Amino acid sequence: MIIAVASGKGGTGKTTIATSLSLAISEQSPLYLDCDVEAPNGHIFLQPSIEKTEVVSMPIPAVDSSLCNACGRCAEVCQYHAIVVIAEKVLVFPELCHGCGSCVLQCPQKAIEEVPNPLGLLEAGVAKNGVRFARGVLDIGQPMAVPIIRALKQWNVFEDESPIIRDAPPGTSCPVVETISGADFVLLVTEPTPFGFHDLQLAVQVVNTLEIPVGVVVNRDGIGDDRVNTYCQKMGVPILMRIPLDFDIGVAVARGETIVEAFPEYMPRFKELYDRMQELSNARDAGHLKSAG
Amino acid sequence: MKQLVVLSGKGGTGKTSITAALSHLASQDHESLSIVLADADVDAANLEFVSAVKKIKQEDFWGGKIAEIDPDACSGCGLCAVTCRFEAILEEAGVYQVDPIACEGCAACYYMCPSSAISMIDQLAGEWYRSDSRFGPFFHAALRPAQENSGKLVTLIKQQARLLAMDEEYDLVLVDGTPGIGCPVISAISGADLALIVTEPSKAGIHDLQRIIETTDHFGIPSIVCINKMDLSVDGTREIEDFCAKQGIEIVGRIPFDVDVTRAMMNGEPITTYAEGSVASHALRDIWVKINGILKDLVNE
Repeated sequence: MIIAVASGKGGTGKTTIATSLSLAISEQSPLYLDCDVEAPNGHIFLQPSIEKTEVVSMPIPAVDSSLCNACGRCAEVCQYHAIVVIAEKVLVFPELCHGCGSCVLQCPQKAIEEVPNPLGLLEAGVAKNGVRFARGVLDIGQPMAVPIIRALKQWNVFEDESPIIRDAPPGTSCPVVETISGADFVLLVTEPTPFGFHDLQLAVQVVNTLEIPVGVVVNRDGIGDDRVNTYCQKMGVPILMRIPLDFDIGVAVARGETIVEAFPEYMPRFKELYDRMQELSNARDAGHLKSAG
Repeated sequence: MKQLVVLSGKGGTGKTSITAALSHLASQDHESLSIVLADADVDAANLEFVSAVKKIKQEDFWGGKIAEIDPDACSGCGLCAVTCRFEAILEEAGVYQVDPIACEGCAACYYMCPSSAISMIDQLAGEWYRSDSRFGPFFHAALRPAQENSGKLVTLIKQQARLLAMDEEYDLVLVDGTPGIGCPVISAISGADLALIVTEPSKAGIHDLQRIIETTDHFGIPSIVCINKMDLSVDGTREIEDFCAKQGIEIVGRIPFDVDVTRAMMNGEPITTYAEGSVASHALRDIWVKINGILKDLVNE
């Protein structure tokens, strides 16, 4: 079971929910994956001891000037303007390169090789209560988060089949899509404010595009109005948990505490939340089998 | 003309609410500035909900291209699938198809296909708008959900805002940034004269503050910091103060947690017009006076 915790709007409580959920099912030794590689915060709450690291690189072109005749074919095929030919010289802009390898394949002189360009780091270790932990960290100044997230998802540092909780970045564009694709369930964390509501609708559209079952956690419930409730009802998106607006929760989270540790009464509620998501995901699978048969 | 960008690293620290208040204060202040607003958070754009926006122009945003395979021309050789590094070519019973979500539009398959069965199709990735807001011309956009190229759309929005500001001699372009430190953030800070970083005294907020400061330093953009929801943690606020002192970064203000900020948002207004006497409004007025002073001291372009 792979669960992705996402939101649309930032700061609604994705990491708060994802870390508490991981601790609530710690007897299943879940794997918590921090996919918010630009601003990863899961380690603050789960306190892993990092035992393994790996550099994530992207293959970028390196041109052998003794073979290159400046024909310009590489620049012509590159869709990202990452390689250009100016005054018989080839220039590479690593931060624009997507590592597709097309320039290498198309160079008639076979003058291009690929060299690794480091983009960031993967780290893994065991955290509180035996929760397994891995995260990606994008290097400062690097624009592309997606290759790090992709590498993190594929990193076989823990090999067995235990539940995976992916903590997504905010927004609705490519890093979010990379994080939730392949998940069995997406849990969207929102707050009932105009900003939270607007971004929730966009996030639901993304999840629907990928055809993944979805549920909602309403955080800071009571702060705003009823539109999130009405919308979820209309769209048939189940609200699986509500956490009231409570300054004490905010203070505990600010200190780096998870909800289930600071407020143990939440422990059974997070266990229940996990069970509900598993049921909803199984129900979807059963439905698919039926319609396929 | 100066360009001020509002950033945070961590999401949800209050960038948009503070940008809206600053747009009001900048244009209403006794020594008021003429401003152009830009919402650079194109995949979760919210500034329009507190700026009383009237859209006056809408244009399509064409993002990248994605590959499409013509099944009639395809010989089923599978070279496209071997070439693709993004697992975007799916094969089922000898029939090849492109997964439009996984495709990065690199066109490697297009150039390799021996049967010329692949075309690259332009993608309508969103819309961008020129609007009139309560406090000045406003450029914003809506990226379609699950689309790529948000950095390109941010660049477009900012270009449009700058062009208008230069043509019509506005004093300030105020850019509401996006969370994180990656591609849309880098697009948002490029060309900025000053970055206002909105942080909160939580462990996560402080961690991400450090990452965004490293990023603005990396690109040579001077930064100032404002601490929002300062009463969440006294220790956290002190930690931010120590960090900024060490880095030589000025803290331009501290805003207490104030439920009126949410009420203002519910009402579609900046806090400084909705509740002038609120604690947050007082703090924001002091912050604007400081920022205005810093902007004046910056060497003119």
